[in-house]
Amino acid sequence: MASYSFHVNGSARTVETSDPDQPLLYVLRNALGLTGAKFGCGLGQCGACTVIVDGTAVRSCQMSVAAVAGRRVTTIEGLGSPERPHPVQAAFIAEQAAQCGYCTNGMVMASVAFLAGKTAPTLDEAKAALADNLCRCGSHPRVLRAVLRAAGKVPAAGRTTP
Amino acid sequence: MNATLSRRSLLKAGGALVVSFALPVRAYAQQVHASDAVLGRTLDTKEVDGFIAVHADNTVTLFSGKVDLGTGLRIAVRQMAAEELGIPVDRIAMVEGDTALTPDQGPTAGSTGIVRGGVQIRQAAATARDALITMAAEKLGKAPKDLDVADGEVRPRDGGQGVSFGALVGDRRFELKVDARAPLRDPKTYTVVGKPLPRPDIPTKATGRHRYVHDVTLPGMLHGRVIRPASVGAKLLDVDKGSIAQIPGVQIVRIQDFLGVVAPVEWDAERAARALKARWSESATLVGNQGVREWMTAGPFESDAVLVRKGDASAMASGVLQVKSGPFYWPVQTHGSMGPSCAVADVRADGATIWTASQATHKFQPAFAKILGLPEEHVRLIYLDGAGCYGMNGHDDAAADAALLSKSVGKPVRVQWSRADEHGWDPKGPPQLLSLSGALGADGRIAAWRTEMWLPKATARLPHVPLLGPEAAGIAQTPGLSTGLITQNGDPPYQVPNVEVTVHWLKDAPLRPSNIRAPGKIANIFAVESFTDELAHAARRDPLEFRLAQLNDPRGIEVLKRAAVLIGWQVRPPAAPGTSRLGRGLAYVHYKHNETYVAMAMEAEVDRGSGAIRVHRVACAHDCGLVINPDSLRAQVEGNILQTLSRAIYEEVIFDRARVTSLDWASYPILTFPDVPEITIDLVDRPTEPPLGAGEAAATPVAAALANAIFDATGARLRTVPFTPDRVKQALAKGSA
Repeated sequence: MASYSFHVNGSARTVETSDPDQPLLYVLRNALGLTGAKFGCGLGQCGACTVIVDGTAVRSCQMSVAAVAGRRVTTIEGLGSPERPHPVQAAFIAEQAAQCGYCTNGMVMASVAFLAGKTAPTLDEAKAALADNLCRCGSHPRVLRAVLRAAGKVPAAGRTTP
Repeated sequence: MNATLSRRSLLKAGGALVVSFALPVRAYAQQVHASDAVLGRTLDTKEVDGFIAVHADNTVTLFSGKVDLGTGLRIAVRQMAAEELGIPVDRIAMVEGDTALTPDQGPTAGSTGIVRGGVQIRQAAATARDALITMAAEKLGKAPKDLDVADGEVRPRDGGQGVSFGALVGDRRFELKVDARAPLRDPKTYTVVGKPLPRPDIPTKATGRHRYVHDVTLPGMLHGRVIRPASVGAKLLDVDKGSIAQIPGVQIVRIQDFLGVVAPVEWDAERAARALKARWSESATLVGNQGVREWMTAGPFESDAVLVRKGDASAMASGVLQVKSGPFYWPVQTHGSMGPSCAVADVRADGATIWTASQATHKFQPAFAKILGLPEEHVRLIYLDGAGCYGMNGHDDAAADAALLSKSVGKPVRVQWSRADEHGWDPKGPPQLLSLSGALGADGRIAAWRTEMWLPKATARLPHVPLLGPEAAGIAQTPGLSTGLITQNGDPPYQVPNVEVTVHWLKDAPLRPSNIRAPGKIANIFAVESFTDELAHAARRDPLEFRLAQLNDPRGIEVLKRAAVLIGWQVRPPAAPGTSRLGRGLAYVHYKHNETYVAMAMEAEVDRGSGAIRVHRVACAHDCGLVINPDSLRAQVEGNILQTLSRAIYEEVIFDRARVTSLDWASYPILTFPDVPEITIDLVDRPTEPPLGAGEAAATPVAAALANAIFDATGARLRTVPFTPDRVKQALAKGSA
């Protein structure tokens, strides 16, 4: 058994594993009970497992627990709660930007990382930023509205979207 | 079987199972009352108590056999009940799809969540309101007609002291039949129905707190994986146990050709499944995706059938202009759920509990009882949210996998499918092939119409979709789900005097089929509404005018006119192809000919160099009668449009003679953010009409509207899905593909 220490949502955590290649996603969901990140493909193709490591959005199914040692991980649970949501989460709630919600973790985390480096994104920039995050239900227009809302561009209510 | 007894005996027999996991998590604050679990409330759909419990703390629990698959049913059903009962939605909890707690309202399929599920609960709520008023009348010394309900109380209409629901019937049963004639609230007085109330599950979904079936853990639970055969129908020859000896705590489970592994640590189960060396017999029984189209007209066939016959289709010959078109081809497609299927099972000697994202927990209860060799009343299936499924994806297979593994190892087991499992092994939307012919009369209207379909018989009245695990394990199964009514909407929604629709049923299906969103009707309407456009073109008429001229249903006319307004449709004769960069297309559907009305207009352009399609704008007018929650309804329409654009432009399951080879999102691409067009939706609200389904209808005109727009822009007619760049370029060169 090898053990690895890193920070998760501001707390120091140490986990043991028989395999240093164990992806961070499995550690978060099982050893640490943080199930907000979702297993979608295990291939880095869909984004459902996105977390933020040292400020960068990464696919936690593609990053080993060994590679995360000594680093700072933020999961969706660390952003906010239903009672005190992060501004991006609040925007998703305001726009009702989820159907089944399975991809929503990735949408929120990718949006947080995107908006950290972009103050006034255009619609096309938001689309490009989320191009590698897949959704099957068709929540895309609402996700885009949520991103613009979180950036302070409250979209006009109406029957046209995004 | 006595439903009350069954719930009681189950709770008694499996008490430990019942308490080992909290009931479905509700975003609305209150937990399911402990009293719910011990009341032994009836599961009878004829009883108010089957659907509704009033608690002493003046909250209400609804018991819904229909489940929220991400569609917003969870708020909509609450709104319907809240309106009748007179209690705010946030004081209503809802239990969904639990065979021990909810009545069997049928599978959550075919856009029936509101139409059947919600309407049944609404009637129970109306009955309960009458009963509450009668009870209060006695307590308050008032006549029932002088009382009304509001905010969880029965109150005198002229003011004064009321009495709370909790005080009247809290934690006791109504003991009352649902009264089909209990009056419903007058839509003019609605304060809850028709409002865009926020969904209770969005805050937890946006903050990572929502509990999916994927997130269930039980004490002592093991993680399981099932190793599927190397090819469809292959037999397991032998397993090299030594190949995973170095991974700690792994157990191998083999039942005939069913092969799985379990381990206490999920990652160990995952890498054991990858590393385990197994030898399979080779099998090459499939037609391959390239061969499906030819196979469909070559047979072998089971039978032919006439689906619609109106007037005299031989009138075809007397029309002034005959038009033939097709074949229109829709390929095999996957549901493509974002989360691979997952389930948790706890199978014990005296009973089993299975947590599943199934659309049909009640329907599968006898199936799982048979698979496990347990009495039906000792098998409990509990719905928990999964990734959106849009039909029967792998969720029921995963549940059977978990049940077989749990039974084998005597511990609770969670099975998580891989992406390759889901893409490769979920039951697939079946292929469809259609040819059409028609004749125009001297008046420029459609005089005769004929649709000829080729469909796998295995898709109609299929006795069951055999679950993979039990099939591999050699365990007999009881009938489960069918694939839906895939022949509907093969005839035009217009006034055509002579119509014939026939089907050639093929004996088999290329891959195991199941229901996929709007079963069959997406392809049928793609063909019917593309062909309507071809007829309009042949008649030199504007496509909108041409349709309106032969439509006499005022609701159909209204949605067509509204969609035309939304997109800014200018009535004009067909443009010479290629004269406009942006093409415009229109399609109309009256879903199943008796449900929701949808008209869709689209603007799209084709890059002549690359063959890539770009959809600029989609306009949709939608009439599903009474609108319960306009915002959730819009979300459904948006989803229908985008998912079907994805299916039309990108999607086809790739398989060879042995197996599916499109096992990830690179080989089976779907629509992404940069593809998202501007979408404008106009909802026709008809408060005095019954509510109709909205989970499927708006998916059906999408492919035709797009194909018609591409024809308008280029003169090329696309009849084969998906509209890949290669196919588009071929169509540009030849005029069709």
